[in-house]
Amino acid sequence: MGLPLRIAVRFLRSGKGQTALIVGGIAIAISVQVFVGLLIDSLQSGLVEQTVGNSPQVTIRSSEENVTISRWEDMVTGIASLSTVREVGVAASANAFVSKGNDSVPVLFRGLSPAAADGIYGISEQLYQGQGIQASGEVLIGRKLSEKLAITVGDSLQISTPGGTLVAYRIVGLFDVGVAAIDGGWVVANLRTGQSLFGFGDRITSIEVAVTDVFEADVVAADIAALLNAGKLEVTNWKDDNEQLLSALESQSLSNNIIQAVIIISVAIAIASLLSVTVLQKRRQLGILKAMGIKDRAASLIFVFQGLLIGIMASALGISLGLGLLYSFTVFATPGGESIIDFAVKPAFVLRSLAISITASAVAGLIPASRSLRLNPIDVIREG
Amino acid sequence: MAQVIELRHVEKVYRGSPDVQVLFDINLAFEEGSFNSIVGESGSGKSTLMNILGTLDTPSSGEVVVSGQSIASMGRDKLAELRNRTIGFVFQFHYLLPEFTAMENVLLPYAIGRQGSHREVVEWADELFELMGVSKVKHNPASKMSGGQQQRVAIIRSLINKPKVVLADEPTGNLDSVNTAAAYERFRDINKRYGTTFVIVTHDRRIAEQTDRIVEIRDGRLLLDISK
Repeated sequence: MGLPLRIAVRFLRSGKGQTALIVGGIAIAISVQVFVGLLIDSLQSGLVEQTVGNSPQVTIRSSEENVTISRWEDMVTGIASLSTVREVGVAASANAFVSKGNDSVPVLFRGLSPAAADGIYGISEQLYQGQGIQASGEVLIGRKLSEKLAITVGDSLQISTPGGTLVAYRIVGLFDVGVAAIDGGWVVANLRTGQSLFGFGDRITSIEVAVTDVFEADVVAADIAALLNAGKLEVTNWKDDNEQLLSALESQSLSNNIIQAVIIISVAIAIASLLSVTVLQKRRQLGILKAMGIKDRAASLIFVFQGLLIGIMASALGISLGLGLLYSFTVFATPGGESIIDFAVKPAFVLRSLAISITASAVAGLIPASRSLRLNPIDVIREG
Repeated sequence: MAQVIELRHVEKVYRGSPDVQVLFDINLAFEEGSFNSIVGESGSGKSTLMNILGTLDTPSSGEVVVSGQSIASMGRDKLAELRNRTIGFVFQFHYLLPEFTAMENVLLPYAIGRQGSHREVVEWADELFELMGVSKVKHNPASKMSGGQQQRVAIIRSLINKPKVVLADEPTGNLDSVNTAAAYERFRDINKRYGTTFVIVTHDRRIAEQTDRIVEIRDGRLLLDISK
């Protein structure tokens, strides 16, 4: 093992320029693979995060229209005990109107438990003016609604329900979660406020669940349905409602995998062909080593090691370059002043790329290695 | 005395159109500790004979016996092992590996076979560098040495594993007459001290006359076999 490795190192060092070119060329290919892989992955995560990150991925409602859920506390405890569940909140919501002067704007009045308001929707984090809800009678509204009605923190908000109830609330904060339907159509209050406005008593309209892995939402939804074992409840998850988005993401993942595979194959072919040239260049050396008694297998190992060493150097360099590219992308690709993606290195992806490219390089070394097996020392000696 | 290498009815034909026969019914044996030369004109078949003696080439018919073992049934690995332990080569074009220093080149046969202690082998190499007068260049890259120096380093390399026999093809081709004479004195010295058998291929009769036995080959046949 030691001698073939030593010879491999020496062969690579003796042609420094050639080695640098090979390593550089392959490193560029690997850097593209890493950059594209991480970029697409980040874009997908960003898209999913934007779409479903700040909303419940599983929702439990009554299967009948306008029917509320009672005795929900045990259900919440049961759902929260699932390890795949991140947060469970409840809501007492219904349609209502905001009256201002002669105008009447339809809104969704949402009485949310703290777990739903902050744990799932992240309302407190998105407040840009005022403060969170401290007591009943206080509400938050979104930026768009605030602009539309020209009202702000400290103003009074007149809410009328379809049942004819008219209540005035005090606006204590404004939020901007970046979703038009919420920022322009929601009035958020605490759960008790929602329940009393609509006369629900202790009942609620929905249980809302955030899961740990958003792509497993359908599985978690099925678990929850089994757990609740309630025919009158309907458990839905975001994947059912977003099939087009999911199929787009899947196509993107598939094309990403194809790009990765093509790059790895081209890396392997490049290494195999370049090392085959080396077998020709080092013919004399191989012949003399074989005459001196090096065995065929050890001689061929020289080329496997060369492939492996080139692979290690090119992968290390390529991954660094790829991460550098990704970092530059996050710094410089900022349309509208904000970065398209966050610089997030997924160690599992990087390690997988490293392992695949190094393995491919060593395997590529097998082709020249098998050529060297056939070399007979006498052919070299006769050539003189 | 036991025979180190023996050829029995060896013939060599290069297949082609037409076939070319370069060796005809060669029967030849070299005793342990002997000092021999093979002479012949260019194209006489002496290099082919040398390659067959060194197990690098195989005869078309006949038998090659090295240290009492027929090589006919040996696989490539076994032959490689046999060459590494038993035979030292000095090739006409010296063939050092340019990627390695003189000392590293010399130690390659040892690194391949790994027989004996490293320290002793390095001491032995130092002694041989001294003996061949190339101690000063032993850490130089092979590519940065003169032809004569490279040839001497190749001679040292052939001796490093203390082989039973050294096969040398025009080993002093690149040396001047003074250095040639000195090199043969050293071969003699090693032959006497360690009982190493030498078979030296040369076209130079004056060199051949310094050996104990001259085998002359012409047109692929043994012409003369004179022992002193």
